[in-house]
Order: sequence, then structure tokens, then C-alpha cells
Amino acid sequence: MMSKGTINILQLYPREMNIYGDWGNVLVLKQRLVWHGYDANILEHNADGEFPADVDLIVGGGGQDSGQIVIQQDLQLIAPHLRALAKDGMPMLIICGLYQLFGNYFKTHDGTVIPGIGVLDLETHGGTERLIGNVVASSDEFGDVHGYENHSGQTFLGPGLRPLAVVSKGEGNNSKENHEGARHLNIVASYLHGSLLPKNPAIADFLLEKAVTRKYGSFEPGDVDDSLAELARQHAGSRPR
Amino acid sequence: MLSVLVGKAVRAASRLRGGGSALPGLVVERIDPGFMGRALTGLQHGVVVVSGTNGKTTTTKMVVELLQGQGLTVFTNRTGSNFTRGVAAALLGDVDWRGRLKADIAVLELDEAHAVHFVQLVPPTHCLLLNVLRDQLDRFGEIDKTTRLLAQIAAKTTGTVVLNREDPRVASIASTVTDAAVTYFGLDESLRSTFPSDDDLRGSASVAPPSSLPADVVLESVDGNSASFLIDGTASRVELRLRGVYNIFNAAAALTMARTVLGVDARPAALLESLAAVEPAFGRGESLVVDGNPLELVLVKNPSGFRLGLKSFDPEGCATMIAINDNYADGRDMSWLWDVDFDSLAAAGVDMVSGVRAYDMALRLKYEDVRTAAVNTDTTAALASFIRAAQGRPKRIFCTYTAMLGIRRDLSRITDVKVVS
Ligand SMILES: [Zn+2]
Repeated sequence: MMSKGTINILQLYPREMNIYGDWGNVLVLKQRLVWHGYDANILEHNADGEFPADVDLIVGGGGQDSGQIVIQQDLQLIAPHLRALAKDGMPMLIICGLYQLFGNYFKTHDGTVIPGIGVLDLETHGGTERLIGNVVASSDEFGDVHGYENHSGQTFLGPGLRPLAVVSKGEGNNSKENHEGARHLNIVASYLHGSLLPKNPAIADFLLEKAVTRKYGSFEPGDVDDSLAELARQHAGSRPR
Repeated sequence: MLSVLVGKAVRAASRLRGGGSALPGLVVERIDPGFMGRALTGLQHGVVVVSGTNGKTTTTKMVVELLQGQGLTVFTNRTGSNFTRGVAAALLGDVDWRGRLKADIAVLELDEAHAVHFVQLVPPTHCLLLNVLRDQLDRFGEIDKTTRLLAQIAAKTTGTVVLNREDPRVASIASTVTDAAVTYFGLDESLRSTFPSDDDLRGSASVAPPSSLPADVVLESVDGNSASFLIDGTASRVELRLRGVYNIFNAAAALTMARTVLGVDARPAALLESLAAVEPAFGRGESLVVDGNPLELVLVKNPSGFRLGLKSFDPEGCATMIAINDNYADGRDMSWLWDVDFDSLAAAGVDMVSGVRAYDMALRLKYEDVRTAAVNTDTTAALASFIRAAQGRPKRIFCTYTAMLGIRRDLSRITDVKVVS
């Protein structure tokens, strides 16, 4: 079958910010593109590297505290470019550690302020308690969202930003409100690992639709069988926290 | 020593009930907190603590058998009791009524977090730190935290700290050791790409440069079950009963520890002879026989363990089953399945996927274009139909810890399964 086009997926800092299954998100985007009849190209941006010119979709993951420090300087260098791309409708999936750094700042427990890049109007405060466990949340856009959280940062959204979903099991952004993640422009940001996309194909297809439409004007989805994902969601939803 | 008698009585009673091994340990810890320290101090060759993410059980077993082969009486804790209370419970079975242990040395497998607690009570003379990999992040938070736990074990060690020079996090612990000596085990450069650290997993960044640290024992090459070790500059080839390249690397760790304990008294030929005779530990590449064909159980609990397990066993001609549970002992999070490369199963496919999270596993395989013949979350039913469908072929089951317990129980009804007390 003839390819309907090629989408370039950029993974941000795959070495430092790729903990706990973040690769699964990239793999899902790549495979679903193929199933929808498109070709996929996977690119990387690493600290001190050249930011690729031809990018259609950006994926960022989580990392250890030490990884966040390693990429800090480079992230500030590419920040103006990321802000411009976001405004221009670039679809982005931003998880956990990079989710925090895409905000305005991260204030650690001892009071140190790590500047973010302000793509998302949110702030994060380091906490003493780690929020760990299965999460189920519901979103008007994507239905139920299933994932697994593991973070000590407490994230609070600014007034202009809406949460990705409302939590029914687990904590989400912080232990005070029942919000999980953030939605802004074509950006989906979340604390959830799992990986997020395999069990939430609606989010994957949202990102793909935005990427393909932005590049080719329209998206013609293929026939993708998500019955295994549906069963995996049902079982995940029935498990203890 | 009333506490010893009470402890022994509780131990006998809980054995009669066929119950938990930790209860007597709990009782003796409560009524006599100094019991463990007293029993373990004064052993002629001291106390060895083995810790790290992967391979503790098999490595501990190897160290024990290497030392026994040199004529030492060794006290050790058994599989499934790698926490302080489990050590206390095991001690109760072996001490005399005055609480004295008749052994030359204790070799103890301890989980990272429990080891930290243990070394506060009993500073070890030696410790062997194997690796720090992503595992149980739902308990430890992040792997840098796990490294700090291992560093605390090293800090309490009075004699020698034995480190894996190929694991950057473990090797970095050397710089924090002030009182003890440091010795390394390692890999020949040609094997380093076989053991990627979690940092080498993704991304184009190159594997860390070869280490210039001197190693006491180096694993030079592996060919099936035959391995060559470079010891003190002399290469020796050994035919092992252990399977799996990860077990064979841990043999270098065990040899280093045995040589460290014994010093000039070590008899090299006898060490290699003991090593060749070591049988796999419970569920760690254990080989059973079903319908006249071998069935292998491979315990998988984290990405690097699963990757090495897949790399160690050729799938060709073999029927494969995977069973993934997410009980507390397995870890609740399924993210780790996405950090394992399942490419090697693409040609042969997977015959059965089971476990509580069978559908997460099947979904993972689907995204890797690996064909799955059947999925059944009921492990007992899945095992039966897997064995039926794979009649006449060798079989292999990759399973998480609690899935393995169930599968062993079911298998014991149809074949000989070693009972582990
Ligand atoms: Zn995270």
C-alpha cells in the first residue's frame, strides 16, 4: 500500500529523560502511524546536539533528579524554539520530569528554584511524600485515562491551563486537588507512565491527527484494532492503587 | 538465653502450622534485639552481605558453595527471606541454646533497603554489590536512591567491599568508601555490550568507555554454558550447570568474593570445581522435565533481567509462555515491560501470555509485531493449555515472582519440582 506521508517524531533527551517506559510512547506513535498508513521517522535531540529542522511531533519523558540537572542548560537554550513551536500548533506529549520543566519553575524541597521554560503556565513544588501507584482519571476529550504515577513534585496549574483529566483513583498533579496532567494548544502533559499511550490510544491518535493535519492538511485514519488495549484498560482499572 | 528458647519454640510451632518463616524472627527481634548481633559476631571469617538489584539469590548460592568447597562451614539465609527478620528466623534454626552459631562464616543475601537496616545491627566484614538497575521504583523512588542505599552498606563494611566495575553506579560507590578495602570484578571489553546499563538502553549516546579499574576476576568469554575467567592473570575455562549469561557474570562476582574471604588460602582448582557444580537457584533458569521434554522457568522482574533472560535463551524450536503478575512482590507498575526489547521473539512468536496483567503483556508484544497465539489471565488454565499445545517441544516460561510461585505449584502436580523450604 502506498504511504500517505511521513511523520518525524522527535524524542527529547532520550538518554537522560527516558525512565520507566517512556520509550513505549514513541513506539506506539510509530506503530500506529504505520497502521494508519503513514511512515514514521524517529529523531532525537540530546543535550549539546543540533535541534532537527524537520519535526512534526515532540515526545518528552521523565528522568531522575540528576538527569533533570544534566539537561537543564540545553533545555533553556532550545526553550524559545519550543515555545514558538507550541504556539504554532506542534503536537507534544510531555511526561513527568519534562512536564515539570515545561512549566514556569520547580522549587525543590530545600528552596532551590530550578527555572522551567514556561511553555505551560504551571509551577511545581518538591514534596516530602512520593505519590506512587495506579491512576484512573477521566477526561471529556479522551474518556478514561489509565496510567501509573511516581513523583514527589506537586504541580499546580495556572488559571489559563486546564487539567488533562479528573482523578478518580490516585493523586495526579498534587495531593490537594483531583487534577491530573495539563492540556494546552496541541500539548498533552501528564505525570502518568504505564507507558501512557499504549493503554490510551485515544490520546495517541489525537497527537497523530494533529501532526498529520498540520503537515498534510488532513488525516485519513486507518482501521486499527484496539481490542487488546481495551482489555488491558479493563484489567488495569480493576487493580489496587 | 530465654529469647533463643522462645524463638526456637515459635519456629517449631510455626513450622508445624506450615506457616510463615518470618514470625519467629519477629518474636526474637522484639524480645531480644541484640540476638542477631551476638550470634553473628566472632565468626572466624566474618559476615558477607550480598546485595544489588539482580542476581542476589544465585550469587549468594555460588559464594556459599565456593566456600563450602574450601572446607568452611557456612551459614546462609534461604530464598525468600532476604530481609533482617528472615535472617533472624534462619539463625534460630542454626544456633545452639546459648545463641551461638556453629559456622566459620555467614553469607547473607539482603535486599537493598533491608541490608541498610541489617548493617546498622551487624557491620559486615565483607560486602558484594552486584548492580543497580531499575526495579521496584514503586518502593525506592528512583535508582540514584538505590545507589545511596548500597553506599550505606559499603560504609558500614569493615574489611573489603567488592564492586562490579562495569556498573557505573556501583563503581561510583568506591569513592565513598573510607575504611574498607575495595576490589572489583569485571567483564572483558568484548562482553560489555551484552550488559547495557539502563542508561545505555536508549538513545544514540555511546556506551561508557571501558574501565581502567583493575579487576580481581574478569569474565573473558561465554560460549553456551562454557565460560572463561581471567583470575590473577591466568585464564581458566569452566563448564557450568548454571544457565544464562547474567548468572555466569555473577560467577565472576562470587569467585572474587571467595578469593577475598580466603586470601592466600584459596585453592583455585577447587574453586573452579565447586563453581562447575553449582545448580541454578529456585526459578532462576531452573530446568524441569514435562512430557519427556525440558521446561525452563526464567524469573523476570525488571527490564535488564528480562532483556538478559531473552538474550540468554535461544527461542528457536522452543515453545514460549510469559506470565506477568502485578502483586506487591512483583511491583504494581507495568511500565517496565516497555523497556524490554522483544525482537528476539518475533520469529518464533509467543505461544501463551498469562498472569494478572496478561493483556498489558500481549499489548506490548503486539506493538513489537510479535505474534501471540493465546492469552489467558488464569495462570493454571493457561499453563495446562500451553503444555498441551506445545507437546513434544522444549518449553520455556518467563514469569514474574508470584506467577512463578503459582506455576511451580501447578507443575509439582505433574513433574518433579524441587521443594524449597
Ligand atoms: Zn516519572
